[in-house]
Amino acid sequence: MADKCRVRITVNGVAYDQEVEPRLLLADFLREDLDLTGTHVGCEHGVCGACTVLLNGDSVRSCLCLTVQADGAEITTVEGLGTVDNLNSLQQKFREHHALQCGFCTPGMLMTATDLLSKNENMSDEELREGLSGNLCRCTGYEHIVNAVRAAMNE
Amino acid sequence: MSKSSDGGIDLTRPKIIGAPVQRLEDPRLLTGHGKFTDDVKLRGTLHVALRRSDHAHARIGTIDTAEAEEMPGVVGVFTAELLDALTRPVFATSKMKDYHATPVRALAGGKVRFAGEPVVAVVAQSRYLAEDALAGIEIDYTPLEPVVDPEEAAADNAVKLHDHLPGNVLVARRFGVGDVEQAMGDAPIKVGGRFRFHRKTPTALEARSYLADYDQGTRALTLYASTQVPGIVRDALVEVLDMPGSKLRVIAGDVGGGFGGKASLNPEEILVCALSRHLGRPVKWTADRVEDLISTSQSFDEIVDAELAVDQDGTFLALKADILGDVGAFSIYPWTAALEPMQVAGFLPGPYRVPNFSANVRAVATNKAPMGPYRGVGRPISAFVLERLVDMAAKKLAMDPKEIRLRNFVKEEEFPHRTGSGIVWDRSGFTECLERAADAINYPALRKRQAEARADGRWLGIGIASYAELTGIGSRLSAAPGMPINTGTESATISVDSSGAVTAHFGIASHGQGLETTLAQIVAEEMGVRLEDVEIVQGDTSAVAHSTGTYASRSAVIAGGAGTLTARTLRGKIIEAASHLLDVDMADIDFADSLISARGTNKTMSLRELARAVYSQMGSLPGDIRAKVDLQASEFYDPHFGTTTSATHLAAVEIDPETYEVSIEKFVVVEDCGRVINPMIVDGQVHGGVAQGIGAALFEEVVHDVTGQNISATLVDYVIPSAAEVPSMEVHHLDVEAPSTLGGYRGMGEGGTIGAPAAIANALNDALSHLGVEIMELPMTPERLFQVISAAQDGEAESS
Ligand code: FES
Ligand code: FES
Repeated sequence: MADKCRVRITVNGVAYDQEVEPRLLLADFLREDLDLTGTHVGCEHGVCGACTVLLNGDSVRSCLCLTVQADGAEITTVEGLGTVDNLNSLQQKFREHHALQCGFCTPGMLMTATDLLSKNENMSDEELREGLSGNLCRCTGYEHIVNAVRAAMNE
Repeated sequence: MSKSSDGGIDLTRPKIIGAPVQRLEDPRLLTGHGKFTDDVKLRGTLHVALRRSDHAHARIGTIDTAEAEEMPGVVGVFTAELLDALTRPVFATSKMKDYHATPVRALAGGKVRFAGEPVVAVVAQSRYLAEDALAGIEIDYTPLEPVVDPEEAAADNAVKLHDHLPGNVLVARRFGVGDVEQAMGDAPIKVGGRFRFHRKTPTALEARSYLADYDQGTRALTLYASTQVPGIVRDALVEVLDMPGSKLRVIAGDVGGGFGGKASLNPEEILVCALSRHLGRPVKWTADRVEDLISTSQSFDEIVDAELAVDQDGTFLALKADILGDVGAFSIYPWTAALEPMQVAGFLPGPYRVPNFSANVRAVATNKAPMGPYRGVGRPISAFVLERLVDMAAKKLAMDPKEIRLRNFVKEEEFPHRTGSGIVWDRSGFTECLERAADAINYPALRKRQAEARADGRWLGIGIASYAELTGIGSRLSAAPGMPINTGTESATISVDSSGAVTAHFGIASHGQGLETTLAQIVAEEMGVRLEDVEIVQGDTSAVAHSTGTYASRSAVIAGGAGTLTARTLRGKIIEAASHLLDVDMADIDFADSLISARGTNKTMSLRELARAVYSQMGSLPGDIRAKVDLQASEFYDPHFGTTTSATHLAAVEIDPETYEVSIEKFVVVEDCGRVINPMIVDGQVHGGVAQGIGAALFEEVVHDVTGQNISATLVDYVIPSAAEVPSMEVHHLDVEAPSTLGGYRGMGEGGTIGAPAAIANALNDALSHLGVEIMELPMTPERLFQVISAAQDGEAESS
């Protein structure tokens, strides 16, 4: 086992100062070390997007990122959006439009959509679908997800 | 639907059943607070990594684990030798004759039968350390000839997978009606050929995950499992581990999709349970995606030689088929190897009158992961084969594909109709679905546009697929032919506790269908309480005495029926107690929106007050009444047979003549799924099913090389459609005539996947019909399209 490295990472506004193995994936750091299990791992090879989080405001795949690479960064995970009693507007739109079934892809979808919406004002459906195409959902057929993100965009 | 007769429900109240209510499970799932199996953390948990076979077929020699055992964090390294001592093998038995079962074991012993089969388990402090130790294991294999091609596997002289069996054919059966040979011989027009549907894998986004927790103090074991069938798994584990059911509990918390891939008993479930009991610690295993793609049950792998005979006017005369299902290395528990290929045959006659029908079915073992259920089970293949045959016949007769279907559908006055395979259709809107779909897509205008596009050299095609399926299957039929497990009944228990809260217990296991919401809708409306006051307990074997789970489009119909009956019984008890407490006639009690009131007075009572009076305030009720109005009820529901769900899918596709890329311009689904509980959820089920059907038609294929290696074991190679490939869809629901199921529900969770591949295949065929191409194989990837088009063009060049 390699020596541990010290990382200082802010997650959802909380500052952490921790020793981690250099090989520890950011996804595992969030899920196992911080117990933030809202970030899901669907493939571990960068295709499904379930593990998407925001790193300094940009969406990244936490299964392709080592924890040490995130040293000094600000991370937002799904737990950093609204709460069960107070969903944020994107989460609310997902609920109203039935944009989730099993909910496994949902945290990644929400983080990707948050990133998309923060950078683009007016996306056509085609652009929206393209923007979401890096996140796989096996349940919904995407129709309701597109509707929800469009509704959030138009709000 | 008449409700007033039996439930005494106020018909003026806004309905909960039928309303697009927001899902109760959403807030936790949207905020990252769902609890999927891998999210469950227990103190002292040990983690498993598996060394899987890298041979498709080999004898296992010595296994050297010494080095692995010394590696950091390793608690133990285990092989079949120990696991066989800790467990008893379990077999998927069947009442079908000439069926051969194969054992389900935790780890392979003696022989490996597919690349990816688990052979050695490393248990360590963390998954990272367990995986590190895999490199320290040496396995001495003697390779055997891999059996990869299903036709070769079925031959008499084939190398055998299971030495104790006579051959690789695990089950064979022939059935039908009428005299097919005679009818075929006399028929003026015949179409047919060899159809190939290539192997798929369900690919739920959450890979399989299991966590077993053995409590040494109570000798009880809890398995947290991403499964669709906690009840089936629990009952199997009772045998495997030789423990009483009272000490074995299986909990399927939030489950990240299933689609059939989590509907069987898996070796890893047995493994973590046996190891947890052996080590006295919680033991967890979570598949990574590669493991999931190579070891989760696969599906839809069939070769079908089929022929349809029709009269000059398009009337179907006879249908015959020879179906060879490649079921992989083992007969899946509990469904058996018969499930998928038999279902192909069973549903082959479709929604049509087919007076003469015969099918010959074989399920053959090969060195691949076992075949299990996947959304639609067999029916996507039946629909593909039959609907292609129908279009081939229409083309030969120069008849419109819509017309030939309308001519042959079972007509309104012909229901109930028994098909040549013995399935009985109750009244369903076969004709209505097609007519409505054609209207929705404006069929004549689309045909016109197609003619214009074709004149411009564009490859635009229109494809129709109509199908019928049996859902909500009761106890008289088995969800899998010959399987000795009852999947046709459900019971529910509902109670009002001493605080007045309503909890309803069910045996089903939601894994994305939103059953917490739909069942709460049924209970709330039938009982007279507010939706938010109902707590649904499901996915937990401790909830009810007998359960299986959620599969085969059964839960809304069967659990919904049990919930309806139970809610009505409990409502009766509440009204009776209230009539005593408020001192008015039962007929004068209103109970709606969780509030009890005496009509014509200002006397009201909350459920909490009622519960307090019944449970706590002794003397508030006469003793004999108190005994009668205990605030809980349990009822059982069995729909006996099941009910027909039907649909038409209509697709318009365009193929790029340069790149052979397919774009789906329009996709319309019209289905008759009976009474809708929650239209939003029903739409979502159709969309998701269609997306999987599109994947099956255009992208998805599990590929094995000649040595039996799975060479599509990442999501880069096994391509499931993204938002960019799935079109916007139009979905319409018909409720043509209420079926006999309680509540009038029909199952509808699988249909999308049944119709879409056939509709797309027909659309592709239509787009290329001027080139003389026949689409006989799915998925039609751009590469395959290139091949079939080149072959047709070469053929033309040769003949000219
Ligand atoms: S888990 Fe990271 S992309 Fe799939
Ligand atoms: S909701 Fe299940 S994978 Fe998207």
